[in-house]
Amino acid sequence: MKIRVFVTLKNGVLDPQGKAIHHALEGLGFAGVNDVRAGKLIELDVAEGTSDADVEEMCRKLLANIVIENYRVERVEAAA
Amino acid sequence: MKSAVIVFPGSNCDRDMAEALRLVTGRVPLMVWHRETGLPGGLDLIAVPGGFSYGDYLRSGAMAAQSPVMRAVKNAADRGTMVLGVCNGFQVLTEARLLPGALMRNAGIRFVCRDVALRVENSQSAFTARYDAGEEIVVPVAHHDGNYQADSETLDRLEGEGRIAFRYVGEVNGSARRIAGILNEGGNVLGMMPHPERAVEAAHGLDDGRRLFEGLLEAVGQPA
Repeated sequence: MKIRVFVTLKNGVLDPQGKAIHHALEGLGFAGVNDVRAGKLIELDVAEGTSDADVEEMCRKLLANIVIENYRVERVEAAA
Repeated sequence: MKSAVIVFPGSNCDRDMAEALRLVTGRVPLMVWHRETGLPGGLDLIAVPGGFSYGDYLRSGAMAAQSPVMRAVKNAADRGTMVLGVCNGFQVLTEARLLPGALMRNAGIRFVCRDVALRVENSQSAFTARYDAGEEIVVPVAHHDGNYQADSETLDRLEGEGRIAFRYVGEVNGSARRIAGILNEGGNVLGMMPHPERAVEAAHGLDDGRRLFEGLLEAVGQPA
Protein backbone atom coordinates (compact mmCIF):
# COMPACT_ATOMS: atom_id res chain seq x y z
CA MET A 1 0.00 0.00 0.00
CA LYS A 2 1.37 3.39 -1.00
CA ILE A 3 1.06 6.41 1.19
CA ARG A 4 2.08 9.94 0.42
CA VAL A 5 2.94 12.35 3.18
CA PHE A 6 3.09 16.03 2.28
CA VAL A 7 5.11 18.08 4.75
CA THR A 8 4.73 21.85 4.57
CA LEU A 9 5.80 24.74 6.74
CA LYS A 10 3.10 26.13 8.97
CA ASN A 11 1.49 29.39 7.94
CA GLY A 12 3.45 32.34 9.22
CA VAL A 13 6.72 30.40 9.39
CA LEU A 14 9.26 32.15 7.19
CA ASP A 15 10.28 29.93 4.27
CA PRO A 16 13.72 31.01 3.05
CA GLN A 17 13.80 28.30 0.36
CA GLY A 18 10.40 29.32 -0.98
CA LYS A 19 11.59 32.91 -1.05
CA ALA A 20 14.73 31.98 -2.97
CA ILE A 21 12.68 30.02 -5.52
CA HIS A 22 10.34 32.98 -5.83
CA HIS A 23 13.29 35.30 -6.56
CA ALA A 24 14.64 32.86 -9.12
CA LEU A 25 11.29 32.63 -10.91
CA GLU A 26 11.15 36.42 -11.06
CA GLY A 27 14.70 36.45 -12.34
CA LEU A 28 13.61 34.15 -15.17
CA GLY A 29 10.99 36.70 -16.10
CA PHE A 30 7.89 34.90 -14.81
CA ALA A 31 5.56 37.65 -13.68
CA GLY A 32 2.54 37.28 -11.43
CA VAL A 33 3.94 34.77 -8.95
CA ASN A 34 2.54 36.02 -5.65
CA ASP A 35 4.22 33.62 -3.25
CA VAL A 36 6.19 30.36 -3.18
CA ARG A 37 6.25 27.85 -0.33
CA ALA A 38 8.52 24.80 -0.55
CA GLY A 39 7.69 21.52 1.14
CA LYS A 40 8.49 17.82 1.01
CA LEU A 41 6.75 14.81 -0.42
CA ILE A 42 7.56 11.52 1.30
CA GLU A 43 6.28 8.32 -0.29
CA LEU A 44 5.87 5.26 1.90
CA ASP A 45 5.21 1.69 0.84
CA VAL A 46 3.61 0.07 3.88
CA ALA A 47 2.07 -3.30 4.68
CA GLU A 48 -1.63 -3.70 4.00
CA GLY A 49 -3.52 -3.04 7.17
CA THR A 50 -1.20 -0.31 8.41
CA SER A 51 -3.58 1.85 10.39
CA ASP A 52 -4.15 5.57 10.08
CA ALA A 53 -2.98 5.85 13.66
CA ASP A 54 0.35 4.18 12.77
CA VAL A 55 0.92 6.62 9.92
CA GLU A 56 -0.04 9.56 12.14
CA GLU A 57 2.54 8.43 14.65
CA MET A 58 5.22 8.16 11.95
CA CYS A 59 4.43 11.72 10.92
CA ARG A 60 4.47 13.14 14.41
CA LYS A 61 7.55 11.25 15.60
CA LEU A 62 9.78 11.69 12.58
CA LEU A 63 8.47 12.76 9.20
CA ALA A 64 7.32 16.21 10.27
CA ASN A 65 8.57 18.53 12.99
CA ILE A 66 5.23 19.67 14.33
CA VAL A 67 6.85 22.73 15.91
CA ILE A 68 7.19 24.30 12.47
CA GLU A 69 5.56 21.93 9.98
CA ASN A 70 2.14 20.60 9.03
CA TYR A 71 1.60 17.27 7.33
CA ARG A 72 -1.11 15.77 5.20
CA VAL A 73 -1.48 12.05 4.54
CA GLU A 74 -2.81 10.70 1.26
CA ARG A 75 -3.49 7.02 0.63
CA VAL A 76 -2.72 6.08 -2.95
CA GLU A 77 -5.21 3.55 -4.31
CA ALA A 78 -3.56 0.78 -6.30
CA ALA A 79 -4.38 0.91 -9.99
CA ALA A 80 -7.00 -1.72 -10.92
CA MET B 1 34.97 16.13 35.58
CA LYS B 2 33.87 13.08 33.65
CA SER B 3 32.52 13.90 30.22
CA ALA B 4 31.41 12.12 27.06
CA VAL B 5 31.11 13.27 23.48
CA ILE B 6 28.43 11.61 21.35
CA VAL B 7 29.54 10.70 17.82
CA PHE B 8 27.04 10.32 14.99
CA PRO B 9 27.83 9.42 11.39
CA GLY B 10 28.59 12.87 9.99
CA SER B 11 29.66 14.53 13.23
CA ASN B 12 32.69 16.66 12.46
CA CYS B 13 33.19 18.84 15.53
CA ASP B 14 33.45 15.88 17.90
CA ARG B 15 37.23 16.08 18.05
CA ASP B 16 37.20 19.85 18.55
CA MET B 17 34.82 19.31 21.45
CA ALA B 18 36.94 16.51 22.90
CA GLU B 19 40.08 18.64 22.61
CA ALA B 20 38.41 21.63 24.29
CA LEU B 21 37.21 19.40 27.14
CA ARG B 22 40.64 17.84 27.53
CA LEU B 23 42.30 21.24 27.56
CA VAL B 24 39.99 22.84 30.10
CA THR B 25 39.05 19.90 32.34
CA GLY B 26 42.35 18.04 32.14
CA ARG B 27 40.56 14.79 31.35
CA VAL B 28 40.04 13.14 28.00
CA PRO B 29 36.30 12.63 27.40
CA LEU B 30 34.83 9.32 26.36
CA MET B 31 33.72 9.16 22.74
CA VAL B 32 30.34 7.40 22.55
CA TRP B 33 29.07 6.03 19.24
CA HIS B 34 25.41 6.73 18.38
CA ARG B 35 24.48 3.04 18.37
CA GLU B 36 25.18 2.65 22.08
CA THR B 37 22.04 2.09 24.11
CA GLY B 38 23.59 3.09 27.42
CA LEU B 39 26.09 5.58 28.76
CA PRO B 40 28.82 4.98 31.32
CA GLY B 41 27.80 5.84 34.86
CA GLY B 42 29.01 8.90 36.73
CA LEU B 43 29.07 11.29 33.78
CA ASP B 44 29.01 14.98 34.68
CA LEU B 45 28.65 16.24 31.12
CA ILE B 46 27.42 14.88 27.80
CA ALA B 47 28.38 16.93 24.75
CA VAL B 48 26.42 16.62 21.52
CA PRO B 49 28.81 18.06 18.92
CA GLY B 50 28.43 19.93 15.66
CA GLY B 51 28.57 18.54 12.17
CA PHE B 52 26.14 17.08 9.69
CA SER B 53 24.77 14.00 11.40
CA TYR B 54 23.18 11.64 8.86
CA GLY B 55 23.90 14.22 6.15
CA ASP B 56 21.16 16.48 7.55
CA TYR B 57 18.67 14.13 5.87
CA LEU B 58 14.99 14.97 6.39
CA ARG B 59 15.80 17.87 8.75
CA SER B 60 19.06 18.79 10.49
CA GLY B 61 19.30 16.61 13.59
CA ALA B 62 16.09 14.68 12.89
CA MET B 63 17.66 11.28 12.32
CA ALA B 64 20.28 11.64 15.06
CA ALA B 65 17.53 12.52 17.55
CA GLN B 66 16.06 9.04 16.97
CA SER B 67 19.31 7.13 17.41
CA PRO B 68 19.58 4.69 20.34
CA VAL B 69 22.08 6.74 22.33
CA MET B 70 19.73 9.72 22.48
CA ARG B 71 17.31 7.83 24.70
CA ALA B 72 20.16 7.37 27.17
CA VAL B 73 21.09 11.05 26.83
CA LYS B 74 17.50 12.04 27.57
CA ASN B 75 17.39 9.81 30.64
CA ALA B 76 20.67 11.27 31.88
CA ALA B 77 19.39 14.82 31.29
CA ASP B 78 16.23 14.00 33.25
CA ARG B 79 18.44 12.89 36.13
CA GLY B 80 20.28 16.22 36.04
CA THR B 81 23.41 15.37 34.05
CA MET B 82 24.64 18.44 32.17
CA VAL B 83 24.13 18.26 28.41
CA LEU B 84 25.74 20.68 25.97
CA GLY B 85 24.55 20.69 22.36
CA VAL B 86 26.52 22.84 19.94
CA CYS B 87 25.40 23.67 16.39
CA ASN B 88 24.17 20.35 14.94
CA GLY B 89 24.05 19.22 18.57
CA PHE B 90 21.56 22.03 19.31
CA GLN B 91 19.49 20.87 16.33
CA VAL B 92 19.60 17.30 17.65
CA LEU B 93 18.47 18.41 21.13
CA THR B 94 15.46 20.31 19.73
CA GLU B 95 14.53 17.39 17.47
CA ALA B 96 14.82 15.06 20.48
CA ARG B 97 12.57 17.50 22.39
CA LEU B 98 15.12 18.08 25.12
CA LEU B 99 14.78 21.74 24.18
CA PRO B 100 11.78 23.57 22.72
CA GLY B 101 11.55 25.15 19.28
CA ALA B 102 13.26 24.32 16.00
CA LEU B 103 16.24 25.46 13.93
CA MET B 104 15.34 26.37 10.39
CA ARG B 105 17.29 27.37 7.30
CA ASN B 106 19.08 30.73 7.82
CA ALA B 107 16.83 33.59 6.79
CA GLY B 108 19.44 34.76 4.27
CA ILE B 109 19.67 31.22 2.78
CA ARG B 110 23.47 31.28 2.92
CA PHE B 111 25.73 29.26 5.18
CA VAL B 112 27.09 31.70 7.78
CA CYS B 113 30.69 31.12 8.89
CA ARG B 114 32.27 33.93 10.91
CA ASP B 115 32.98 35.25 14.38
CA VAL B 116 29.89 36.80 15.95
CA ALA B 117 29.27 38.88 19.05
CA LEU B 118 26.97 37.32 21.63
CA ARG B 119 25.39 38.85 24.69
CA VAL B 120 25.31 36.66 27.77
CA GLU B 121 21.72 36.98 28.93
CA ASN B 122 21.80 34.72 31.95
CA SER B 123 24.84 34.13 34.13
CA GLN B 124 23.01 31.90 36.62
CA SER B 125 23.45 28.57 34.83
CA ALA B 126 26.44 26.26 35.19
CA PHE B 127 27.25 26.97 31.54
CA THR B 128 27.30 30.74 31.94
CA ALA B 129 28.37 31.19 35.58
CA ARG B 130 31.82 32.44 34.61
CA TYR B 131 30.39 35.24 32.48
CA ASP B 132 28.69 38.44 33.61
CA ALA B 133 25.08 38.96 32.65
CA GLY B 134 25.00 41.47 29.81
CA GLU B 135 28.63 40.80 28.88
CA GLU B 136 29.48 40.65 25.19
CA ILE B 137 31.68 37.82 23.98
CA VAL B 138 32.89 36.74 20.54
CA VAL B 139 32.48 33.13 19.40
CA PRO B 140 32.52 31.65 15.88
CA VAL B 141 29.41 30.34 14.13
CA ALA B 142 29.32 27.99 11.13
CA HIS B 143 25.86 26.87 10.17
CA HIS B 144 23.17 26.73 7.51
CA ASP B 145 20.23 25.97 9.78
CA GLY B 146 20.61 28.26 12.75
CA ASN B 147 17.40 30.23 12.49
CA TYR B 148 15.77 29.53 15.84
CA GLN B 149 11.97 29.55 15.78
CA ALA B 150 9.27 28.77 18.30
CA ASP B 151 5.74 30.03 18.86
CA SER B 152 5.46 33.34 20.69
CA GLU B 153 4.14 31.65 23.82
CA THR B 154 7.28 29.50 24.03
CA LEU B 155 9.51 32.50 23.32
CA ASP B 156 7.80 34.50 26.07
CA ARG B 157 8.24 31.61 28.47
CA LEU B 158 11.95 31.30 27.60
CA GLU B 159 12.40 35.04 28.22
CA GLY B 160 10.34 35.02 31.41
CA GLU B 161 12.17 32.07 32.91
CA GLY B 162 15.61 33.42 32.02
CA ARG B 163 16.25 30.51 29.72
CA ILE B 164 17.82 32.50 26.91
CA ALA B 165 21.50 31.98 27.63
CA PHE B 166 22.99 33.83 24.66
CA ARG B 167 21.64 36.30 22.14
CA TYR B 168 23.29 37.53 18.92
CA VAL B 169 24.22 41.19 19.22
CA GLY B 170 23.66 41.75 15.48
CA GLU B 171 21.56 39.98 12.88
CA VAL B 172 23.07 36.58 12.00
CA ASN B 173 20.49 34.09 10.75
CA GLY B 174 16.98 35.41 11.34
CA SER B 175 16.52 33.74 14.74
CA ALA B 176 13.44 34.81 16.67
CA ARG B 177 14.49 37.46 19.20
CA ARG B 178 18.09 36.89 18.06
CA ILE B 179 18.31 33.75 20.19
CA ALA B 180 21.69 32.00 19.94
CA GLY B 181 21.38 29.57 22.84
CA ILE B 182 18.71 28.35 25.26
CA LEU B 183 18.48 26.34 28.46
CA ASN B 184 15.98 23.68 29.45
CA GLU B 185 13.69 24.13 32.45
CA GLY B 186 16.18 22.54 34.84
CA GLY B 187 19.07 24.65 33.55
CA ASN B 188 21.20 21.53 32.98
CA VAL B 189 20.76 21.36 29.20
CA LEU B 190 22.15 24.09 26.94
CA GLY B 191 21.77 24.22 23.17
CA MET B 192 23.63 26.88 21.19
CA MET B 193 24.52 27.48 17.56
CA PRO B 194 27.89 29.23 18.15
CA HIS B 195 30.94 27.06 18.81
CA PRO B 196 32.50 27.70 22.24
CA GLU B 197 34.83 24.73 21.68
CA ARG B 198 36.46 26.64 18.82
CA ALA B 199 37.37 29.52 21.10
CA VAL B 200 39.30 28.08 24.03
CA GLU B 201 42.99 28.79 23.41
CA ALA B 202 45.33 31.39 21.99
CA ALA B 203 45.84 29.40 18.80
CA HIS B 204 42.12 29.74 18.07
CA GLY B 205 42.48 33.51 18.05
CA LEU B 206 39.55 33.69 20.47
CA ASP B 207 39.16 32.30 23.95
CA ASP B 208 35.74 33.54 25.09
CA GLY B 209 34.39 30.00 24.90
CA ARG B 210 36.79 28.75 27.52
CA ARG B 211 34.80 30.13 30.46
CA LEU B 212 31.77 28.06 29.46
CA PHE B 213 33.76 24.89 30.12
CA GLU B 214 35.34 26.38 33.24
CA GLY B 215 31.84 27.05 34.58
CA LEU B 216 31.01 23.38 34.17
CA LEU B 217 34.16 22.40 36.06
CA GLU B 218 33.15 24.69 38.88
CA ALA B 219 29.64 23.29 38.87
CA VAL B 220 31.00 19.84 39.65
CA GLY B 221 33.15 21.20 42.44
CA GLN B 222 36.50 21.44 40.69
CA PRO B 223 38.27 24.78 40.52
CA ALA B 224 38.92 25.90 36.94
